[in-house]
Amino acid sequence: MMLPERTLNIILFLALPLVAVIALALDEPFIITLATRAAILALAAVGLNLALGLGGLVSLGHAVFFGLGGYAMGILASHAQSFTPLDLGLFTLDGTKSMPIIWLVAVTVSAFAALLIGLLALRTAGVYFIMITLAFGQMFYYFTISWPAYGGEDGLSIYVRNSFPGLNTLDPIQFFALVFGVLAAVLWLMGRIERSSFGLALGSARQNAVRVETVGLSPFRLRLVAFVISGAVTGLAGALFADLNRFVSPTMFSWQMSGEFIVFIVLGGIGRLYGPVVGACLFVLLEHMLSGVSDFWLIYLGAVLLLVVLFARGGVIGALANGRGVHD
Amino acid sequence: MTEPLLDIRRLTKSFGALHATDDVSLTLLPSEIHALIGPNGAGKSTLIQQIAGGLAPDAGRVMLNGRDVTDLSTAERVKCGLGRTFQISALAMENTVLQNAMLGTVGATRSVWRFLTPIMQDGQLRVQAEAAIERVGLEDVAHARVSTLSHGQRRLLEVAIALTLSPKLFLMDEPMAGLGAEGTARMTAFLSELRREAPILLVEHDMDAVFALADRISVLVAGKVIATGTPDEIRGNSDVRAAYLGDEVPL
Repeated sequence: MMLPERTLNIILFLALPLVAVIALALDEPFIITLATRAAILALAAVGLNLALGLGGLVSLGHAVFFGLGGYAMGILASHAQSFTPLDLGLFTLDGTKSMPIIWLVAVTVSAFAALLIGLLALRTAGVYFIMITLAFGQMFYYFTISWPAYGGEDGLSIYVRNSFPGLNTLDPIQFFALVFGVLAAVLWLMGRIERSSFGLALGSARQNAVRVETVGLSPFRLRLVAFVISGAVTGLAGALFADLNRFVSPTMFSWQMSGEFIVFIVLGGIGRLYGPVVGACLFVLLEHMLSGVSDFWLIYLGAVLLLVVLFARGGVIGALANGRGVHD
Repeated sequence: MTEPLLDIRRLTKSFGALHATDDVSLTLLPSEIHALIGPNGAGKSTLIQQIAGGLAPDAGRVMLNGRDVTDLSTAERVKCGLGRTFQISALAMENTVLQNAMLGTVGATRSVWRFLTPIMQDGQLRVQAEAAIERVGLEDVAHARVSTLSHGQRRLLEVAIALTLSPKLFLMDEPMAGLGAEGTARMTAFLSELRREAPILLVEHDMDAVFALADRISVLVAGKVIATGTPDEIRGNSDVRAAYLGDEVPL
């Protein structure tokens, strides 16, 4: 059965809240939490997909932004729960338990980090770009492990989930609704960016950088801006992920995390707007079903990934939808 | 006296012991087609890259429209009015013909930093892109992916994108290559008209087209310009005959 990609996207998109609502009816809060986890991981990969799918920038360091978002939440909330101001040298800052403020900080910090990393890494291409982004990821990972102020290797626990005006965020379905709302907003934004003049130029730069230069545009600047937006979105996902678990640890910076984001995108379909959403849902589903069967469940995930790469280059969406994606 | 739109002064580029460009000077005047010819390995590609900004010369200057652009990037030279087409098509292959032309209008109007407005629904830019596509006769395949186009159609699209930039001068690298007899005739007629809009520095292997079109011809041999003149002067030049055209090419 082949569907137009738009119809398929709507169906896939509504599957997540449907699962959450059914779980609510059956009084299964754990399933709601799983759906929330899938939505947050999807958001992180949606961020990466702008750089990787449309821009062709295979970043193996997006865990940097995920981790920075996580630690932005962890640091601000830990100062709020211990009532000690955060000393930044020149001035002090009070901690906060307010999600909108935490999100703003997470997005700003990860966008700034993406700007600095991008300025260096985007001077290279191909395998060197992959290696430089990986190196940045490892730097942050080992820094947080050896930095005792916020738990070091053990990570940092936050006892009460942060607040959002008008919602009880400790109620799983309300927190899910909030996360899903953010995911929907970001997907809308990414859809607009893809179809904008910036999106056209970025996609053209992936296909042929010389073409873009020859109409007077700088591929470097296009990629840098894409990398910054991409990092900011993944940073926002990091703040939400930390809030979901009420815990941050250096694992959020690990290169395996970066790798998982790439896996979500490949599973769902590279350069497809909803590809990362499908990939992340599939990943969480497999993790939930198979981790009970065997400790080595990732072997099965590997097999699924192998099948997708060999037989369905457009990912799950490419296999189900007619028409072609940005590139397959 | 008319100011040259392109003024190359004593350009030199060596790769080790090889003098790929050896003290080359040439000008492109308003409304002219200046053809650059030379045998394979004469240094035409190296020279073009130095004009377009892909390669920095060891010495010499490139003046574009009265401005020294020697130290500017490719993109900045385009903003100064340089429109270029490639020997090997440089196109976004997965995009449609119209999308490729729209990219040109985005570059021309410097409207790339718009993130939320759907570009293909921008009426004004679309009219410009469609006009350029129509001028080269690709309107029937406007919505086809470039990867499905023939070689000749891709050459035409290159020209269409250059047109959307309304450049002050064109730099065309073998626009006739792979066009076939009919395509070459159409392109020749098209370029003949186009010079009124902006002069063309034309690198071309098709001698019939070169001698039919060019107002002036420069002959590049082993990195040096050995002669510049009207087609008649070049035809009668014994150095050119000896060094390049040979006895087997009747002129």
